[in-house]
Amino acid sequence: MTRWWRIFFVGGAIAYRGLFNWIRPAMYIPTMLGAPLFQLIFFTKLGQFAHAESREFYVVGNSVQACSMSSVYGMTMAVANERWFGTLGPLLASPANRAAVFLGRGVPVLANGLLVSAFTFGVGVLLLGFRPALSSAPALALVVVVTAASCTCFGMLLGSIGLRAKDFWFAANLAYFLMLLFCGVNVPLSRLPGWMSAISRCLPLTHGIAAARAVARGETLGRVGGLVATEAGIAAAYAAAAFVLFRVLEHESRRSAVLDTY
Amino acid sequence: MTAARIVWTSFVINLKMLATSSFFLVTSVVQPVIFASIAFFMYRTGDRAGTLLYASLGAGMMGVWSTTLFASGGMIQWQRWQGTLELGVGSPPPMALVYLPFTLANAATGMYSLAATVIWGRLVFGVPLRFAHPWLFVLSLPATVLSLGMMGLVLASTFVLYRYANALANLLEYPVWIACGLVFSTSLLPSWTHPISWILPPYWGILALRHAALGGDVWRPLGMVLALGVASFAIAFATFGWFEHLARARATLSLT
Repeated sequence: MTRWWRIFFVGGAIAYRGLFNWIRPAMYIPTMLGAPLFQLIFFTKLGQFAHAESREFYVVGNSVQACSMSSVYGMTMAVANERWFGTLGPLLASPANRAAVFLGRGVPVLANGLLVSAFTFGVGVLLLGFRPALSSAPALALVVVVTAASCTCFGMLLGSIGLRAKDFWFAANLAYFLMLLFCGVNVPLSRLPGWMSAISRCLPLTHGIAAARAVARGETLGRVGGLVATEAGIAAAYAAAAFVLFRVLEHESRRSAVLDTY
Repeated sequence: MTAARIVWTSFVINLKMLATSSFFLVTSVVQPVIFASIAFFMYRTGDRAGTLLYASLGAGMMGVWSTTLFASGGMIQWQRWQGTLELGVGSPPPMALVYLPFTLANAATGMYSLAATVIWGRLVFGVPLRFAHPWLFVLSLPATVLSLGMMGLVLASTFVLYRYANALANLLEYPVWIACGLVFSTSLLPSWTHPISWILPPYWGILALRHAALGGDVWRPLGMVLALGVASFAIAFATFGWFEHLARARATLSLT
């Protein structure tokens, strides 16, 4: 069991350092902090111009959604880039527990997503006058953790597809932008057509954003427990689907001898 | 004659290359359609249904800018990765002339965005397509795209020196959408940002397109977009020469 946790934590951290060795402040700050900052300003101003929703609506929606950039793209890369870097073969030849290898990669990605979300909330407070009650901060933090975990698990699924798909970036980009439209980030679900809100309820982010908005309005964690539990359930479902797909594609890639090929 | 042949041949080749890239399919078609849909829903939420064509044009221009930005940012970096940057720099024509057709092809690919959002708006959201000055719209569109191509050339020249061009491209997408007021009025922005808007070709480009579609003075913004395009080309020609010299002197041309 100790070995399992060691692979999970230490292996996850080493894999992150290896696969994301190109990240420098000059790369990280514009991409991971600059882009969410301006995204928040853009949608807040658009909402103001359209007379659509309150400023708080956009601050909470975009701040929670900001974690998905790290979670979706980061997790996709944390799995699929092993193939790109040519290290997938040695990794899968090792006897390490697959669940520990696979899930451990999500921890640094999740932490990064939380940092980006916290930064975007900070921007909302400093630049856009977002003032939630201080007492709601712990509940808001918990909601963001669960939502970031859910997005990370969704990223795992996309990363697993990247074990075989030729162009996994297409799927990751498409998923990321569709989440922006479907998950109630800037448009209330009640304003979307029925089929779109039905899909959004199966996606990460949707319930987390709804819970975060309720908490920011002053609701207690108990009142939004159902939404948080649903978001956690979606996370578990995507993690399970991602792991099963990972094992199936690993087996198929070995059988067809296409592990590292494009 | 040689310069025209370089521009035309390289333009066609790059257009073909971009047409087969799924990344640019997302950037120039899927992303603008998604952003247009978000804008349509937000305008409908605020009962600003009369502004749907406004949103459609703005979202299309957002796509033109994104395509120009990512392709211009990526152009130098991808050539570095592929080891072809030195060949381009070492060839006899000036570097700006070598890369001019790339940025023109990038901006021309961005025209898909405008077509995609206008057609999407018409088919899915019932946006009425009645243009106040259709011929001026036809004139404004290529002028705007050309001018954005020239702006892309200026950006590309800075990426010769900057190793993290892709990161800068990621950063610059939203600020230009905001500063140029592509889907909302710049009057919502602080007054100190207005001079920044005035020196950006997309600001005048969207004004020209919007006035041609919805009514208003087209010639002034059209003149501004053309003037800024010419100015961008002159700046790019100078900066390409300067930055190329610096990159050679510091031996950093191919460093990634």
